[in-house]
Amino acid sequence: MTNPAPLETRGPASAALLEALEDAPETNPTQPAAFLAAVEKAVNETKDILVDEDLQLVLTILYGLHYGEVGDWEPRWEWQPDVIQARLGIEAVFEAALRERIPAPDLPRPEAEAVAKELFRLTAEDSGPSLSRYLARDATNAQAVEFIIHKSIYTLKEADPHSWAIPRLRGRSKAALVEIQADEYGGGRPDHVHATIFAGTMRGMALSDRYGFYLNHVPAVTLAAFNMMSMFGLNRRLRGAIVGHLAAFEMTSSIPNRFYGNGFRRLGYDEKVTWYFDEHVEADAVHEQIAGRDLAGSLAEDEPELLPDIIFGAQACLYLDGLTGTHMLTAWDEGGSSLRRPVEPIDPAHTL
Amino acid sequence: MKATNELSPTIVACPNGPLLIRGDFELVTGTGEQIPRQRKTIALCRCGASTIKPFCDGTHKLTKFNTENPAAT
Ligand code: FES
Repeated sequence: MTNPAPLETRGPASAALLEALEDAPETNPTQPAAFLAAVEKAVNETKDILVDEDLQLVLTILYGLHYGEVGDWEPRWEWQPDVIQARLGIEAVFEAALRERIPAPDLPRPEAEAVAKELFRLTAEDSGPSLSRYLARDATNAQAVEFIIHKSIYTLKEADPHSWAIPRLRGRSKAALVEIQADEYGGGRPDHVHATIFAGTMRGMALSDRYGFYLNHVPAVTLAAFNMMSMFGLNRRLRGAIVGHLAAFEMTSSIPNRFYGNGFRRLGYDEKVTWYFDEHVEADAVHEQIAGRDLAGSLAEDEPELLPDIIFGAQACLYLDGLTGTHMLTAWDEGGSSLRRPVEPIDPAHTL
Repeated sequence: MKATNELSPTIVACPNGPLLIRGDFELVTGTGEQIPRQRKTIALCRCGASTIKPFCDGTHKLTKFNTENPAAT
């Protein structure tokens, strides 16, 4: 398997982190402290954390210590205190920025059906740019490749950020989350794990399916969408937000995935590539019902104080989806690439 | 919510959406042939607009499918 290029630094904080991670945590104790200082400075100076290349890369690496696979670092870094403190410092600013930008609507009653109805209303209202329609009708093969590379940052770990919430829920909402996640993880069939099906899509397009292979290619906004899920999932106090996020994610999935599948078929790809999208048309039409009523709705009934965060998490999902979609469509509209560095275009004729 | 026997199917009539079916059941065609199922819990289209019938594909949201019965006149 091809090894990814070493991670490129994007500023002083990521430079300090990557330097520290080269050794074991206790080898050079000044390095973690220097990293923490660099993060504190960057957090104070950031103009917009959602598109801050340096800090979003740092967050992706720090969450990567929990997920694994982002880099081959000494595993004890996961709980190194300076590293944890740095993460909390970035998260505080990241969360505040999201809460400031995302308007709080009137809340529904904390009853399952009312919550599901409100989530379906919010997600139907979402008038963000239609990336899926563009992919279906107009995208070139090079743009389709870029789309897959952006998508791979989350999708090669599909479902994982939401799984952090399983032990943090109780009763009905926990059962509902596990019901959805079991399907995401293939219902006992390893080749049906959604992340594995997506890896097949990447290979079918002659792309590497190795996690992090394209990390140097993707911009902060793509990392921010994934980092936000990890932040919601890894902080127990934000369990309402990760639940709302999953509900909105599922509710904005089946119809767009039909368009994506059609787009890849139009470009000449076969089922190896389109299976992922076709699978999600059916799966997410099931998941959205469970997520709205049994997951988010039950959680709101059982822990009504989490209702504002359920709605916040759903809106945050739509907001970041809008940002990443706009980013891609704007770059393509200007005739450029949406990546930090272009990937060689691949002619489908060579991969079929 | 009542406790359900693992084996007996339950059908949730989702407002403005599909029929969500859990439990042990068989899905067959009009002539009794098995319709392949990819997952344990399924959503059957009841709006008629799905492109993957008998399963729901979310299209009911685009067609504003409404499950409320008209008021009796
Ligand atoms: S009920 Fe969902 S598409 Fe018909």
